[in-house]
Amino acid sequence: MIEVLTGSPLNAIQDLGRPRTMTLGVSRGGAMDSAALKLGNLLLGNDIDAAGIEIVFFPFKIRFHADQAFAVTGARGVARLDDEPLPPDWAAKARAGQILTLHAPANGARSYVTFAGGLDVPVVLGSRSTDMKGGFGGYQGRALEAGTRLAAFPSDAKDMPSSGYGLAHPCDLPENVAEVRCLPAAEFDAFTDDSRALFFEQLWTVTRTANRLGYRLESETPLSLRSPLELLSHGIVPGTVQVPSAGMPIVQMADANTCGGYPKIANVIEPDLRLLAQTQTGRQIRFIRVELDEAVAAVRADAIRMHELGLALQSARATLLAR
Amino acid sequence: MIRISCAGAGALLLDAAHGAFNDSVQERIWAVARRMAALPEILQAVPGVNNLLIVFDAVQYDPATLEHSLRAVWKDTLVDASPAREIVLPVTYGGTFGEDIPVVARFAGLTEEEVIAAHVSGEYRVAAIGAMPGFAYLTGLDPRLAIPRRASPRVSVEQGAVSIGGGQAGVMPCTSPTGWHILGKTEEILFDAHRPEPCLFRLGDRVKFRRVG
Repeated sequence: MIEVLTGSPLNAIQDLGRPRTMTLGVSRGGAMDSAALKLGNLLLGNDIDAAGIEIVFFPFKIRFHADQAFAVTGARGVARLDDEPLPPDWAAKARAGQILTLHAPANGARSYVTFAGGLDVPVVLGSRSTDMKGGFGGYQGRALEAGTRLAAFPSDAKDMPSSGYGLAHPCDLPENVAEVRCLPAAEFDAFTDDSRALFFEQLWTVTRTANRLGYRLESETPLSLRSPLELLSHGIVPGTVQVPSAGMPIVQMADANTCGGYPKIANVIEPDLRLLAQTQTGRQIRFIRVELDEAVAAVRADAIRMHELGLALQSARATLLAR
Repeated sequence: MIRISCAGAGALLLDAAHGAFNDSVQERIWAVARRMAALPEILQAVPGVNNLLIVFDAVQYDPATLEHSLRAVWKDTLVDASPAREIVLPVTYGGTFGEDIPVVARFAGLTEEEVIAAHVSGEYRVAAIGAMPGFAYLTGLDPRLAIPRRASPRVSVEQGAVSIGGGQAGVMPCTSPTGWHILGKTEEILFDAHRPEPCLFRLGDRVKFRRVG
């Protein structure tokens, strides 16, 4: 049993989301930095899509009421099990009574705590993710409040080295300016030549309103269309960069509406969505144009990297346990 | 003529719109969506308003191959023969949930009663489901009520609000921001994630409103 000690309307249970619910108007949802959640699960020998906690509001504290293996991944801040500091991208075993504390990250915006076995909450529409808009999934369809008690599915804790282990080289997080690759979208050519050039040349600042629905960006010069455009509502995926009439782009994120009507200038490619998810408010990003074959190659390279990481962690665990 | 564009590596958007909404194009969209959704390589086929988004796993499948299938299926599919259901929603017009009726009346040059009459006598069709859980884009709105969306959206509009915007009608399935204009309220539950069929509406349903209260 795990007890949440710090409440926040932003920290909630997520897995990899709902890949087939757009026809119901239900967002994909899931971990904003899906690679960090996957890594947290791989460190524990979980299924890659087991449910963990996405943390955006710090400090975050939980108390373990029973022995439990867990991992901390994603944004990097000071993490302590009682007084003992934990390295980044690390799995460890907590004893009953111990408290895990995550402080605000210096780098990155979202941390993930995963648990051996994965969190035991009901599957709703194919996923354990919290859908705040619909008020379902996760823990009773809402964020985690102080006092919320959660259980993990049983797992074989003997599979975890008692001293803990993790990545020697933690996952990259955006420093200074995040470079985010994207493909031109349906209305790219409807923007003026200047706007198309500026989209890639200007640095874009992540505004205060950036959240799980979307990242509103700001820069010096707004983008403009050659002529006004009225579009009928159409399906949009996370990564879609819309430009409302004021000319400042909004990147749709995990909990975005499934349909929209604003002109689309670009789509952030799937493996780079995590870079946006880990960019703090006030930091800057740059869009890098890629072609479709490069985007497909990047998606495949990302999948292969994650698969190889899973195998490497499995053999590292076996080696450590054999000692 | 259709236009197909990439929405990232793992999605394609087919746009069949030519200006205003077209009913027969929409029936073809539904039919193509049904056929595409049946292909093993497709994760989801999401009809929009005169357009269709297909989503697939780009690790396994090439966008170029799927674009080819999409074009072939479009060419080979004409109409959707599935029979339409009819759904009637009871609506209380006016009061706290009809705060935009005066605005719409001024826009349309009608009295408030005429606005209600125009809305309640409409025969609507579910063109697409999306934006928020269980929200249906209803076509068939009296063109006199085609008021543009509010200049700035309301931050929160309650579940059940019966609304119009951009020439379409809708009902809020959950409490959420919206830029549409509110005419009334229904008590019907449009979406429940725990029902076997979460959405009240299906694509192609014929929808009517009935005035109560």
